[in-house]
Parts: sequence; C-alpha cells; structure tokens
Amino acid sequence: AEVEETLKRIQAHKGVIATIVINAEGIPIRTTLDNSSTVQYAGLLHQLTMKARSTVRDIDPQNDLTFLRIRSKKHEIMVAPDKEYLLIVIQNPCE
Amino acid sequence: IGHPEIFPLVFTTKTQEIFNCRVDEDVTEENCFKLIKKEDILQDLKTRAAVSDFHPVKKVVLEYPGEELLVVFDAKFQYGQNFYFVASEEAKENLLKPPETAEEKEEKEEDREETLEVHPYKPPVQKPWVSLGSEKEVEEESVKNKVIKIKYMISRVRRKFGAPITFTDKNASHVKDSYIECTSYQDKTYSIKMLEKDVGIQMVPKVREACTQTKWTYPKNAATQYFPRQLSNEEKEESLASEKLKEFLTSVHLRMEIALQQNEIMNAFFDDWKALAEDESSSGGKPDVYLKAYQSFTDLRYLKDRTISCVCWHPTIYGIIAVSARQRLSYEEQANLSDKSLLQQSVILFWSFFDPVHPQIMLECPEDISCFHFSPSDPNIIAGGCINGQVVLWDISQHEEKLQNAKTDADGIKVTAVNMANASILYMLQYIYTSPSLTEVEQSSTEPPLVRYCAVSSLQYSHKKPVTDIHWLPDYFEDNRMGATFENRAEICVQLVTCSPDCSVFFWDIPATKRPEQPSSEKVKEKDIFYMPPDVPDTSKHLDLCWKPLTKINLRESDTNREYAPVRISLRELHYHYKTSEKVQSLNTLEVPAKESLYTEMTTPSSKNLKALESISTSFFVGTEDGEIVYSDWKMEIDSDSAKPHTQKYTIHTETINTLQRSPFFKDIILSVGGRNFAIWKEGITNGPILQSSCPAGRYTAGQWSLTRPGVFFIGRDDGNIDIWDLLKKTHEPSHFQNISESMITFISPWIASSKQHFLAVSDDLGVLRVLEICQTLSDPARNEHATVLDYFEREVKYLKSREQEFQEYQEFQ
Repeated sequence: AEVEETLKRIQAHKGVIATIVINAEGIPIRTTLDNSSTVQYAGLLHQLTMKARSTVRDIDPQNDLTFLRIRSKKHEIMVAPDKEYLLIVIQNPCE
Repeated sequence: IGHPEIFPLVFTTKTQEIFNCRVDEDVTEENCFKLIKKEDILQDLKTRAAVSDFHPVKKVVLEYPGEELLVVFDAKFQYGQNFYFVASEEAKENLLKPPETAEEKEEKEEDREETLEVHPYKPPVQKPWVSLGSEKEVEEESVKNKVIKIKYMISRVRRKFGAPITFTDKNASHVKDSYIECTSYQDKTYSIKMLEKDVGIQMVPKVREACTQTKWTYPKNAATQYFPRQLSNEEKEESLASEKLKEFLTSVHLRMEIALQQNEIMNAFFDDWKALAEDESSSGGKPDVYLKAYQSFTDLRYLKDRTISCVCWHPTIYGIIAVSARQRLSYEEQANLSDKSLLQQSVILFWSFFDPVHPQIMLECPEDISCFHFSPSDPNIIAGGCINGQVVLWDISQHEEKLQNAKTDADGIKVTAVNMANASILYMLQYIYTSPSLTEVEQSSTEPPLVRYCAVSSLQYSHKKPVTDIHWLPDYFEDNRMGATFENRAEICVQLVTCSPDCSVFFWDIPATKRPEQPSSEKVKEKDIFYMPPDVPDTSKHLDLCWKPLTKINLRESDTNREYAPVRISLRELHYHYKTSEKVQSLNTLEVPAKESLYTEMTTPSSKNLKALESISTSFFVGTEDGEIVYSDWKMEIDSDSAKPHTQKYTIHTETINTLQRSPFFKDIILSVGGRNFAIWKEGITNGPILQSSCPAGRYTAGQWSLTRPGVFFIGRDDGNIDIWDLLKKTHEPSHFQNISESMITFISPWIASSKQHFLAVSDDLGVLRVLEICQTLSDPARNEHATVLDYFEREVKYLKSREQEFQEYQEFQ
C-alpha cells in the first residue's frame, strides 16, 4: 500500500533505472530489475555499505552512515542504509 | 688551599709566650701576621727538641732562605690548626702585602695605560730542567741492547784464494733417489726455550647461524562455488507487509528523493573547463581545402563515353571501390531505350587504391547496370539492377583473395621477375602459390579478370523498365509470400528489394540451395539453363534465368488510380552491419583454396518454425519519377476496419528524385534530392519537409549524408561542384562548396576506411571516379552534435506544427 506508493514514486523519477530493497542480510526483498542483476547488486552493495559504515564508525563512534552515492561513468548508484534494510536506486543522471 | 708552602701548626701557650704571639693579645684576627726570626726558632728547636711546636717543620725552617719567618694566626682554622706557618718568602710577601699590592697594581696599570710604554722584547729565558720523575718511565720503555753481540772472525790461508778448482763427476743413478741433498739437522746449541711470550688477545662474541623450517599446512580455498540466498515469495510478502519496512521507507525516502532531484537538476561532475577546451580545439583552424583529392580512377577502354551510374565501396577490404558504368544517354533516349549500342561490354569495375591504372576485377553484366550493392552478410555477393529491368547476381569469392592482396599484386609483378633468376625451385613454387599464378599475374597486368554473373532474373518476371534502385534487406527478417515479415534464422541477407519506374516494387528471394547433384545429361536437356563457363561458381545455378520475384507491390492509389513510378526506395530497417567472412583468415598459402559460398550450403528453413516479427516497421519511402515522395506500408492489413490512408504523398521536387537516403544517425530523418532542390523529411510528420532548400542556380544531382557527423551532408551538382551542408552552422546555404570535376556529379559515396581516413567517392558524367579525403573538421563530430542536431529537428517539427495550426485556425476563421 504505502510501501508500493513510495517505491513507485521513487521509480518514477527521471532517469531512474532500477530500485532494489534488500534486508539486513543482503537478500533482496523487492526489485524492479531482473533476478541475476539484482542478486549481484545486492551482494556487492551490501558488503560495500557494511564496509563504509564500519569506516565511518571507526573514525568517530558517535557517527553513522546515512547515505552512500557511487558515481560512475554510466550512472549513479545511491544507497540509503538503515538498521534492518537497505534501499538501492540506480539512476542515469545525464542525458 | 692546599698551598705547598703553608704548614698548619699548633702553638701551645708556652710557645705563644716565647714568641710573643699570644692569642688575642699579640695577634688578633685582624692583625694576624707575626714575623719570627729564624734564629729564634732554631734556638727553640734546640732547647725543646721534640716538644717544640716547630718540630714537624724543622726541615722547612732550616731550609728557609730568609731571616724572618711568617706565622699567621688562623682564627677560622682555615688550614686545620690555629696557626699556620708560611714556608717561602714569596708567599710571605704576598700575604703581608696583598691589599697594598692590589692597589699598587691598579695604580700601576693606570699608569701604564696613560703612558703606553713599549715593552722591550725579552727572549724566553732558559729555565733549569725540573725533574718530575718521568725519567724512570722513559728508561723502562727504551730499547737497549741487553745481549752482547757475538763477534766472529773467519780467516783462510792466503794461498787458497784463487786456486784452480777441481770438479768430479758422480753418477746420479748410484745414489739413492738420484739426488743429493744437504739435510738439516737439529743443533742442540741453538735450542732456545721460550719461557715467556707476549701475546695479544681479543675477546669476540661467538656468533652462529642456524635456521629451521616449519611445515605449516593450512587449508586454503582453491575455488568457491556459491549461489545467492533468496527469499521465497511468502517471506517476501511478509517483509513487504511488515511495519519495519514502512518505517524504514518513511525515514529513507526523503533522502533518496533529494539525491535524485539533485541529479536531475544538474550534473555536479561536469568539467566546464575541459569542455571548453574541446570546443576550441575542434573549431580552431579552418582548413583550406575540405575535401582533399586522394586518388582518381578512370579507364579508357571500358569507361569511354560512359557515365558512372553507381559507386559502392567494398565493405570489408580496405581500398576497394566498385563502379558501374552506363551509357550516357540524353533524357529522350533514356525514356525510349530503343537505340542501344551493344558494341561495348557493360562492366562493373573494381578499383584499388594501390593501383589507379588497372582495375582489379571486372564484373560482366548482361546490360548496363544502373545500381548495385554488396551483400552485407557476404561481401562476395553483389546484386545489381540492369537498365532492362533484370536483376543480376555475382559471386566473386574466387577473386576475394586477389582483392585482399591487391597491394602486393602491384609490387608482385616486378618482384617475380627478379626472383626467378636467383631463387631455388621450392621458393619459386611457394611464391607462385602465394600470389596468384604467374599466368594470371601476366594476364592481370594487361587485363583484369572478367567475372561472369551467376544469376540473372527471368525477363518475363522482371521489371519492364530499368531497375533504378536495389537494396539488400537486413539479415534479421525476411518476408514470405504473404508479405508478413518473419525472423531470418540464417542471419544471411537473402532478400532484395528493387524498384523501377514501371510502378512496381519487387521483393526478391535468394532461397537456400543444396549442392546440385544433377548429372550432366539432365543439364543438357533443359533449354532454359544458360551454359555456364567452368570458372563460374555454381551458386544459385538453378535461379539462372528463371528467377522470379517473391512479392510484387504495385504502387497505385486505389481511389484515384494514379500510378507512381518509383525511382528510389528507402526502407526503414536498412541498418545492417557488414560481416567479414571467416574463411579469409584460414587460408593455407600453399593450396589454391576452393571456397564455397555460404549460399550453397544452406538448407531451406521451414517457415513454420520462424517467429513472426511484429515490431519490424514495414513502412517505406519512395521517390518517384515525377518528383513525388510517397510514404507507404507494404504489410497487408487483414483488418480493413482500421482503414486509415497510410499512403502519404508529397510533391516538393520538380524533377526526378535521384537520392532518397535515411540519415545514418536518425532512423526517421530522410534526405531527398531531386531537380532544383532537396528536402529533409521526418517520418511521421505529415505536413511537409522539415527543411527545404531554396532554388540554386544549377540542379542537384546527387546527395549523401555524412557517416560521422549527424548534421552534415554532401550534395552534388550538375556543374561539378559539391556543396557541403552543415546544419549546425547554416541552414539556408551550404557551409562550403568545392569544385570537383567539370561535368555533372552522378554519385557520391562516403566511407570510413579508418579512424583517421574518411573518404568521399565522387563519380561524374565523364566516367572518372575521384576519391577525396574528408578533412578532420568535417569528419569529427563536435561535442554533443547528435543532441544538437536532434534538437534542431525537433524545433523545426514544432515550428511546422505551429504553422499548420495557424493555417487551420485561419481557415476556420474564414
């Protein structure tokens, strides 16, 4: 219901290629991409997010990771972490 | 303190009385000095001997030079006793007169400064040596001869000096071991026993090297195979419905949307500075000549009095270009086609960059060819359309090697002459096989090999008028008899489309054939079969002269019964990529390969299993003889309810259309050139052309899009000029024009040979083919050129639409 609405809204943004929701263990729950790509993105980004989070917390234990953006030649991968879930959005920013 | 001349003494009261140095009476702290005469002390010593206080310093007193000795009362016990005795005159003087001397000294110094006396130089005075006990050490260390040297005296009787010497012989073999020696022996008089030795010893820590090796085996992963964990559908549903997910999304989606929006607004990583540099480098420095002459080809025998009708580059081999020639006819003669001179053989010539004088191959044609094309899937198959309406096929697979080695051939002719004299037989044989055989080489130096066509369509079923345009259909779909498009499994181009001014468009099929196993007797019986010379490959033999088109489309408007005479056709799905034949790479140089064309080995695919393709667009543009552009669809609509007039007609040009070409960058943009103007159309826009040129002085006779720049195209004129239009710079006139030849330009064909070499082949009415090199500015696209040109087209479309709207409103208003 609301969940669907929010995800649809995000997906409807300009340039968004895919939206993936994965749980704390890295298993995809909801995705708009095909299965093999989803699984690949989920595994890799989950590990990267864990690493980034531990880095931030090592430097300052009071701090925590709020957002992770990876900009590549072709598109931009945005990861919003949380305690139990991870939201991944892949967007193509330029024309 | 520790003065050697100060001796502390204890003075008893008795002594003090004797010498009148009672404490606090004669001597006080201030007045502590007492001079005592030496005689008195000596007397005291005599009288009291050991009891006398002066006893310890008796010797000093005796040695004292002066008359009076100084005794000082030491109230503070500075030296340990209550009195001390000063043993030298000097010290006495110093003690008695220190303040005075200090004052005196100061005065003296002041005097000295004022007067600046010059002190006479006093050489150092020799002082007597005072021994301090070092002589003993020196004596100990010095080396002296302790041992008495032995003296020898040796004498001999005088008369024995200089006496003659007698030698005797001795046989060496008599003596044992054949040699005589004087052995050494131990002389007892010289045995000295060393009793003591001086040896130096140094202590060094003992160092030892040792090593050990441990065997540490631990399990290591050589390879891991894994598969990802996945949740089942129910679990997914469960998580999706959970509250936690809702909370998560509410907390997260805002951040995400901000980030997404940021990206939409602008590209934060865009480097303006670098982009500026790119623009500068591309626009800076205008070249003098945009099209540089690279090569020109002409042949006096075959191209005399002929005009070039079509030019085609070889898709895979660098530097090969094919040219078809046609009789130069005026318009009336062309229309009638009655008076044809068959004196000259019609040919298609293959030119190579490396040999501008001799054509490489000649393709024999039954009639003059008006257009031809290489097959995209196999560049050895060439299809051409004749001026009598027939369609011809050639197979040049045998000569492919020759074309590939066109470069070496030019040198090969000279080299073989030299090598023949020197080389060994083996080498010669090898050489003969690598380049085409000597006989062929000789032949090629005078005349290129003539390749006969391998298939010609039947006269009955061909077009009635010249075939003006021929295209290969791309390899991913093929039509069947019903006109529906099907998937082409074989991935080979097997279909052709031709059009002719007899108001028809034909689709031809080159179906698969098995290797013909007919015995020769059967062949002889059939009359229709043309006699095949032995060197023609038996590709499509069965098609010869009985080849019929697959589908015919009559371009006739149903309601008005108007007929269109198509001269050029442009299909939407005409993008194909050229495949290189893999067979070329596996050539064995020592054998003359017998290559088989792809076409002879195919088996007929059953059409039942082929997928029907819905998404292929079947619409096409046709340019007619009268200068009209027709837009239509060849797919037959079963459903006639939705009968929309899907045939559009535009009349812009006044004369025959000579070029109708889609842009290589935009699938729906078409350039049409005809008569005195040209136009750019967009498929789907039915109002009119996006761009239309104004009327120039001469006529436009040829046109082509540039292959690398989306906004550039070349137009050829009848005065031999080429106009280069750049839509980014000017849209009302050409950005550049250049004169290429004196006669009318008949065909333009651009080609990309390599990333640095872009060629433009221009043919003219006199039979000369010129290859020009396109300069860098014309071949390199500007940054974002594609987007800019697309923008331009869209703007024009909008403008057209708005104009149409205004017109409608105006009409309604009226």
